[in-house]
Amino acid sequence: MQDMCPGDIAGNYTEHRLRYFDGSQRTVLVSETETPYPEGRLIVSRTDLEGVLTHVNQSFVDMAGYTEQELIGAPHSILRHPDMPKAAFADLWQTVTAGKPWQGYVKNLRKDGGYYWVLATVIPNVREGRVVSYTSVRRKPSRGKVEEHAALYRKLRREES
Amino acid sequence: MTLQFAISPDFPPEHIPGWYIFNTWLQRELDCAIHLQLYDNFGDLREAIHADRLDLVYANPFDASLLVREKHFMPLARADNLQDEAVVLTADHHRARHIEDLRPGTVIAATDVPDIEMMGMIMIEPADLNRNNTQRITCDNYVMVAKQLLNDEADIGFFLAEAFDNLSDLVKNQLRPLVRSQIQVIHHSLMAGPALQERHATLQQLLTTMDTSEKGQGVLDALKIHRWSPLAQEDSEFMIDLMDTLMIS
Repeated sequence: MQDMCPGDIAGNYTEHRLRYFDGSQRTVLVSETETPYPEGRLIVSRTDLEGVLTHVNQSFVDMAGYTEQELIGAPHSILRHPDMPKAAFADLWQTVTAGKPWQGYVKNLRKDGGYYWVLATVIPNVREGRVVSYTSVRRKPSRGKVEEHAALYRKLRREES
Repeated sequence: MTLQFAISPDFPPEHIPGWYIFNTWLQRELDCAIHLQLYDNFGDLREAIHADRLDLVYANPFDASLLVREKHFMPLARADNLQDEAVVLTADHHRARHIEDLRPGTVIAATDVPDIEMMGMIMIEPADLNRNNTQRITCDNYVMVAKQLLNDEADIGFFLAEAFDNLSDLVKNQLRPLVRSQIQVIHHSLMAGPALQERHATLQQLLTTMDTSEKGQGVLDALKIHRWSPLAQEDSEFMIDLMDTLMIS
C-alpha cells in the first residue's frame, strides 16, 4: 500500500508508521477532524478471503474519501487508523476465519487524514458450504459507545507498545 | 397441478386487485392454474413456507433467507421502482428533534413488518436504544402507527418510507421524520420454488419483458410497478448476507 500523501491532507496532521499483519508497512497522516456518520445510511463493503476490497457502496466511497477505483483491489486496511489497537483486528480475523460473525466499534482513517467511527459487523459469506468472501456493514454508533471504546483502545494501545 | 402463489402480507391493501390481475395474466402466460393466497400475517406465511406449500412468493427481504437458503427458491425479479426504506417519526409537537434526544423508556409504535422493524431499531441505536430499554405498541397498519403518535401514546413510529410519503398532507404535516434510511439494496423479491425450476428462465423472461406489451404494461400499472428487473442468484445472496449482518446486534 502506498504511503499517504501530504497533499491529500486537510489542515494539521501527525505522521505515523503502521505495521500490518502481513509484515508490510505504510506511513499514514492523521488529523483530528471527525467526519460525522451520515444519517440513515449503511456503509457496505465486501472483501475476498485476503481482505482485499471487491465491492464498496457509495456511502463507503463518500466516507473513506477515496474513489471507487482507488478502493477496489486495495486491502481493507487502507482505512486502518493508528488509534486502533492491533488486538481488535486480530480478534476480527480470528472470529471470521472461524466462520463466525464479528461486531465491534472501529475508528476509520479517511484519505484526507480525518476519521469516522462506525459500529461494524462482518460476516463470512458461505456458498455451497464454503466461505468465499466477507461482507461488512457499518452503522452509526452512539456517542457514549464511541467514547467508551476510544478510552478502551487507548488503554489497549498503551499495553501493546 | 395448481401452483400456489403467496404475497408478503405487507403489500399495500389498495394493490389487492392488482395482484389478482397479475395472477390472471400469469396463468394465461404459463397456461397453468395458479392459486393466489393472501396471508394476514407473517407467521401464517412462514408456516406455509416451512410446510413447502408454496411455489411462487413475492417476499419481504426478511423471508428471502428462508426461501433461498433453506427452501431452495430461486429469485426471479424485483420491482425496479420499489425499495424497502424506513422512516422513524415523531409527532411534530414531540420534544425530540434528533434521534439522540430519545431516552430509555421510549415507546415505539410499529407494524409487524420485519424489515421495517429491523431498520427502525438500527436507526435508534445512536441513542443507545434497543429492545430491552424501549416499549412497544404493535399496530395493524401505518395509519394506526400515526394515530399512536398524534395521540401521544407513542414517542416514535416506524414507517415504510413509501407509506409515509402516501399519507395525506393533513396527517403528514403533524408528523416529523427524525431519520430516513437510504440503504438502497433492500427490496421485495419475486421468487420461484423448486416445482418451477424448469420454467424459471421462461418465467423470468415473461416478467422482465412485461412492460414491452400493452397488456403487460396494464397489469404492471395495476400493481404500481414500472417494470420487473431480473434478479440473479448472487443478487439475492448479497441482500441476504446484508440482512444477516443487520440482524446481529
